[in-house]
Amino acid sequence: MAKDSRLILDPLTDNNPITIQVLGICSALAITAELEASIVMSISVLFVMGVGNVVISLMRNIIPSKIRIIAQLIVVATLVIIVDLVLKAFAYELSKTLSVFVGLIITNCIIMGRFEAFALGNGPWRSFLDGIGNALGYGIILVIVGFFRELLGSGTLLGIPVLGDPIEKTGLYATGYENNGFMLLSPMALIVVGIIIWVQRTRNKALIED
Amino acid sequence: MEHVELFFKSIFIDNMVFATFLGMCSYLAVSKKVSTAVGLGAAVIFVLAITVPLNWLLDQYILQPGALSWLGEEYASYDLSFLSFIMFIATIATMVQLVEIVVEKFSPALYNSLGIFLPLIAVNCAILGGSLFMQSREIATLGLALNYGIASGIGWFLAILAIAAIREKIRYSSVPPALRGLGITFIITGLMAIGFMSFGGMLTGGDESAKPEEKAATIEVIEEDINEEETTTKSDLEIAQNTNK
Repeated sequence: MAKDSRLILDPLTDNNPITIQVLGICSALAITAELEASIVMSISVLFVMGVGNVVISLMRNIIPSKIRIIAQLIVVATLVIIVDLVLKAFAYELSKTLSVFVGLIITNCIIMGRFEAFALGNGPWRSFLDGIGNALGYGIILVIVGFFRELLGSGTLLGIPVLGDPIEKTGLYATGYENNGFMLLSPMALIVVGIIIWVQRTRNKALIED
Repeated sequence: MEHVELFFKSIFIDNMVFATFLGMCSYLAVSKKVSTAVGLGAAVIFVLAITVPLNWLLDQYILQPGALSWLGEEYASYDLSFLSFIMFIATIATMVQLVEIVVEKFSPALYNSLGIFLPLIAVNCAILGGSLFMQSREIATLGLALNYGIASGIGWFLAILAIAAIREKIRYSSVPPALRGLGITFIITGLMAIGFMSFGGMLTGGDESAKPEEKAATIEVIEEDINEEETTTKSDLEIAQNTNK
């Protein structure tokens, strides 16, 4: 049982898919200018990873190894179409913001990476936990990046102004604080992730590369 | 002119890595040495040049709303666009496999240099992203789709070549231990992306009034976070266009 809980907890910190395994960077960077988009993306990936890992794990003995990549892609693509249609039905504005990046969950390397590395060799329950754990580890980075970019870039969280009104000069803006519009541009996502990696490796020396 | 513009725009302004973060996984994983980076970059150009036009045909004649009308009147009302993810990825996976077989058979030398990277490419987001952007930007003709595929491949190639060269050099610098490897690569890529942003003015420099619509649309797709200034100019332009009509 203790081993099962590690499957969830490890990817959150010391084996994080983004900062340690370097998987699934593309979507993590492109959609994190707003916290809301980051959260929705994390939930979508959570769904696809959880279900996908179970399906692949159930089919692991009947997929010929030569065509396994195509088989995996079909499973993910089906799940992603479900996510895409649900988003279009219930959160149309948001699905416009995420644009092609919902589709790109298919080629998100976290998903293929975990299928290859875990689901093909383990039972459904453990694969499910592994999928959930890795998706949470991915989500946590997305939420951190989204939080800082939205807070520093537009002074809001989930669209609600938290630092006062920049035009009326209330709250923090009364002291002369300005929004840093640069945080909203795409390059800053890379730099924020770079800083997260820096902080994480400073706290845990074992992770430092040569 | 349209071709030249799309070509340079896809390489520099909408660079796959720096503007839309596509193919970051392999970009970070395979950029430790220049020679391997060149191999992967060439394979990406190759596969993009094949799959983007192919998916354009699929999109145009099978997937788009009303695309099936060439089969007959009664098929005109079908809209299969919800199948595009699965169709695109299936095309890409099959093409990659097919290309691998053909190249192995006819050009062993090319196979030796591209070979090991080809299977990797099926799951490279740059390839699927190329097709999806081709669809969402509504590229008009097959020629332009081919152009777009090649040009975005070249953009990706340039990006991975540059970062691989920098990473080879940076091995001799004293980077803080915790930043070594992945951390510093992220930050360098960020700085390079800032550099590439300056290409944004390249195509609008002279004739800003000529192509305002297209430019505004691209900005919107990539950065929903346009600052106030751009929003005002955009709405001004829209008003101007409406009055022109």
